[in-house]
Amino acid sequence: MIISIASGKGGTGKTLVATSLAASLDMVQLVDCDVEEPNAYLFFPDRELIDVAKCSVPVPEVDESRCTKCGACSDFCSHHALAVLPGQVLIFPELCHGCGGCALACPEKAISEGSRPVGEIFRARSGKTEIIWGELRLGEARTTPLIRAVKGMAKGELTIVDCPPGTSCSMVEAVSGSDFCLLVTEPTPFGLYDLDIALKVLEKMKIPRGVLVNKSGIGDKKVYQYLENKGIPLLMEIPMSRRVAELYSRGTIFVQEMPEWKDRFRGLLKNIKELAS
Amino acid sequence: MKQIAVISGKGGTGKTSLAASLAALARGRAVIADCDVDAPDLHLILRPVIKEKREFLGIKMAVIDPSKCTLCGSCEEHCRFGAISDHAVNPLLCEGCGVCKLVCTAKAVGMVDRLSGYAYISQTRFGPMAHVDLFPGEEASGKLVAMIREMARETAASENLELVLIDGSPGIGCPVIASLTGVDLALVVTEPTISGVRDLERVLGVTEHFQIKTAVCINKYDLNPDVSSRIEDICRENSIEVAGKLPFDQTVVEAMVLGEPVVQLGGPAAEGIKELWRALETYL
Repeated sequence: MIISIASGKGGTGKTLVATSLAASLDMVQLVDCDVEEPNAYLFFPDRELIDVAKCSVPVPEVDESRCTKCGACSDFCSHHALAVLPGQVLIFPELCHGCGGCALACPEKAISEGSRPVGEIFRARSGKTEIIWGELRLGEARTTPLIRAVKGMAKGELTIVDCPPGTSCSMVEAVSGSDFCLLVTEPTPFGLYDLDIALKVLEKMKIPRGVLVNKSGIGDKKVYQYLENKGIPLLMEIPMSRRVAELYSRGTIFVQEMPEWKDRFRGLLKNIKELAS
Repeated sequence: MKQIAVISGKGGTGKTSLAASLAALARGRAVIADCDVDAPDLHLILRPVIKEKREFLGIKMAVIDPSKCTLCGSCEEHCRFGAISDHAVNPLLCEGCGVCKLVCTAKAVGMVDRLSGYAYISQTRFGPMAHVDLFPGEEASGKLVAMIREMARETAASENLELVLIDGSPGIGCPVIASLTGVDLALVVTEPTISGVRDLERVLGVTEHFQIKTAVCINKYDLNPDVSSRIEDICRENSIEVAGKLPFDQTVVEAMVLGEPVVQLGGPAAEGIKELWRALETYL
């Protein structure tokens, strides 16, 4: 089963929830798909690195001896990653989405595919938890190929996917294929506005969902009215607490220091399983 | 005309609350651009009145005509984005490359424009604002960020304003890079947590990669003074100025609930932001 933890607004507590859930359970895989800013692994300081793999994307390579400069490749490329000049073909690798169309379009079979690194995938173990995360190369713009590769490592019986913030392509790629998505929000106007967008995305994707309100007690009550009106299950609340915030700031999973919360997270998993089936 | 982008690496460090206050402090001098296109919240504080609306056409999308489709499956086989299944296109996964159209021998695939959202030029009580309404799940491409920034620059030029203030998105990927291109200053908002530190290091790597002048603001610096001083060390080592240190202050959330920039309410965070603004003015 794959449970993704997403949010819309950043900083609502996705990683807090994903790591707490993992730390409350036995034998889980924690997969951090926030490849721009992966943080979940930081909360497992005793982790032992198992392996590191490079993630590459295909990019075109032109055999100039066969190329007739006909322009079929650049005419085809909708991302403008190739430009055919009278004497040569220019390739802009950072614009290439790796669709492979230029090679198919080339009548002279002058285009083959090389590869370009976009990031790395790390795998580590901490106790009974396996942690997998991707790290996007600095300066790289496209996240989805790496997210897809990181998610491809999910093979456990129970996988928790920590997603990037937002509601667009990175988030869609990270949550796609989940059996359930838990949206973490905070009871503020910003939290609610972005939660609404995230819920609309999940509705389009037909992924079962529920909501966890973090930092409850701050802000206002509108998120509760919203959830009630829409009939969306509120699965857990974590109250605003200086202690939780301080533990988080140091990189400690708060359920380790406040073990009564482990039962609550196990209860959360039970509720999620019921809602997903 | 100068451009400042407020970014963060880690989400939820206070970019938008800070940007709203900077907009208030720059009243009458700046155009505000909300470039956090897939979680845009600045409008909740600035309450823009829309003056002009433009369509945003995102990437093209493949459409399969079932009356022509011979169910050969060639499109699905060649699509590298997993966007085709059961001879139909999933718009959320389609990247608009057109490979399916290229390989379809029955000419059943067409590439169509898709309306992905709207971009607006609006008026707020602090000045003009460029912002978007991106439909849920659409690609938040650099193309849209570039469009918003262009609209903001046009407005600044026509209204003779000296500053474009950009509220960016979290992370270091496509929309962030598009928000940073060509700005005069990146203001990175961070917080004293181990996630904040790691994310700050990565985002500083990106501003360095693109050779963009950078300053840092530590929000809630008193939450963990040890981690805050580590952040200051990192900034010193990279010759980056810590332009502001804001204390934890409940007024920030109160202001958000009231739909006002926190500098309008006062308090310790507001004082810190005013000091930060004075530091930023020396850059301009």
